[in-house]
Amino acid sequence: MATVTITVNGKKRSAAIEDRTLLVQFLRETAGLTGTHVGCDTSQCGACVVHVDGKAVKSCTMLAAQADGAQVTTIEGLAQDGALHPVQAAFREHHGLQCGFCTPGMIMAAVDMINRYPAGLDEETIRKELDGNICRCTGYHNIVKAIKAASDTMRGMAQAAE
Amino acid sequence: MYETTYHRPKTLAEAGSLLAKSDEAKLLAGGQTLIPTMKQRLAAPSDVIDLRHIEDLKGITETPSGGVRIGAAVTHAEVASSDIVKRQLPGVATLAGGIGDPHVRHMGTLGGSIANNDPAADYPAALLALGATVVTNKREIAADDFFTALFETALGEDEIVTAVVFPKAEKSAYAKYPNPASRYAMAGVFVAKLGDGSVRVAATGAGQGGVFRIGAMEQALGSNWSADAVAGVKVSDGDLLADIHGSAAYRANLLTVMAKRAVAAAG
Ligand SMILES: Cc1cc2nc3c(=O)[nH]c(=O)nc-3n(C[C@H](O)[C@H](O)[C@H](O)COP(=O)(O)OP(=O)(O)OC[C@H]3O[C@@H](n4cnc5c(N)ncnc54)[C@H](O)[C@@H]3O)c2cc1C
Ligand code: FES
Ligand code: FES
Repeated sequence: MATVTITVNGKKRSAAIEDRTLLVQFLRETAGLTGTHVGCDTSQCGACVVHVDGKAVKSCTMLAAQADGAQVTTIEGLAQDGALHPVQAAFREHHGLQCGFCTPGMIMAAVDMINRYPAGLDEETIRKELDGNICRCTGYHNIVKAIKAASDTMRGMAQAAE
Repeated sequence: MYETTYHRPKTLAEAGSLLAKSDEAKLLAGGQTLIPTMKQRLAAPSDVIDLRHIEDLKGITETPSGGVRIGAAVTHAEVASSDIVKRQLPGVATLAGGIGDPHVRHMGTLGGSIANNDPAADYPAALLALGATVVTNKREIAADDFFTALFETALGEDEIVTAVVFPKAEKSAYAKYPNPASRYAMAGVFVAKLGDGSVRVAATGAGQGGVFRIGAMEQALGSNWSADAVAGVKVSDGDLLADIHGSAAYRANLLTVMAKRAVAAAG
């Protein structure tokens, strides 16, 4: 047992937990944030993707203790003042989800991808960058469309701000 | 997952003494192999020693002779986006950028990959083809002596990989055929023309004993550096892996195709 302190979506959360606790368990069970999902036990599906210190990682493949002192953003941390994040809005607009199980991981992966490609994304790059996120429902077409649209919108916003 | 105790040393010496203290302790780098293995209860270390907070294991630098030194705890994403690596060893940048997926690349490290020596891992091919040197907290080991067998290396019980030093290369390139589900290599070929003009070719994903050099391709490229030169070289399928993903003959064919693509990419 050790006390771990993680800043989740801007709020510091401390808890005494077993060292073997996974980050995803800390988020779901200790912090009560169940938007981050677990879709596999082989580190392959990406349903559990969150950002740790600004980078997308699989929270099922990291101990909470490894994230001690880190800043974590989950799907619950994206919307600001009740307004959806542009990526969330694009998933809704372009019907980028059916059952929604993979969606939190898809959206966290998409936000990370858009951050890493500030000059914009084409369809081929988006598909390649989605290697670590599996969806059983959509056939990916609308997910790719949503990410492309969000990337275009966010570039426009960045240019307007300049 | 079985119970374990987490440690976060700040120095290499501290990590070394934690490792020496217990028979059942394990180093934890990116965790992209170790944590899935612990979750499946195939590994049950009493202690895990996190290497991500040790300065000495970080950083990518150019060596005075034009080679590149990469710290053991440098992630695949950092290697793929490093300007030094892209300029000096483009094959290594391509290789690192093709490991797993973006999330795995944000965590997984060079040291963890080579210490694990998975027969389908990518990095072993780069180290062997470039004739790299593995630096540990105790000694230096030539890549030729480092990868000993499937999931086996020359590392001793309490030895920690601290860096890999790659020599200067005139040309380097990597081509892999990823397993569509796991992204690990079904067959991957790294080709290198070193600063002294020598040519080395290494294959991963395909050998029963893990990574290996393809002498016939090295000879062919030594006298004629072109995709055509390797097109006619067939690797004997006698020592190649056969599993549900592909037969030995299929992998033998993939090796020739990947070698052609790698040489074409190297230019
Ligand atoms: C979904 C998925 C897809 C993947 N696809 C690929 C792929 O396409 N190609 C590929 O090559 N790999 C792939 N990997 C593996 C990935 O590259 C791992 O990051 C890598 O194999 C292990 O590195 P790590 O830093 O995560 O090590 P860890 O998992 O932390 O450790 C692995 C082993 O190495 C030991 N170790 C770690 N660091 C050191 C050190 N410095 N000195 C001595 N021993 C050390 C540990 O004790 C442990 O036994 C994939 C993994 C996942 C989960
Ligand atoms: S739950 Fe599937 S990758 Fe994390
Ligand atoms: S929407 Fe159902 S798994 Fe992706």
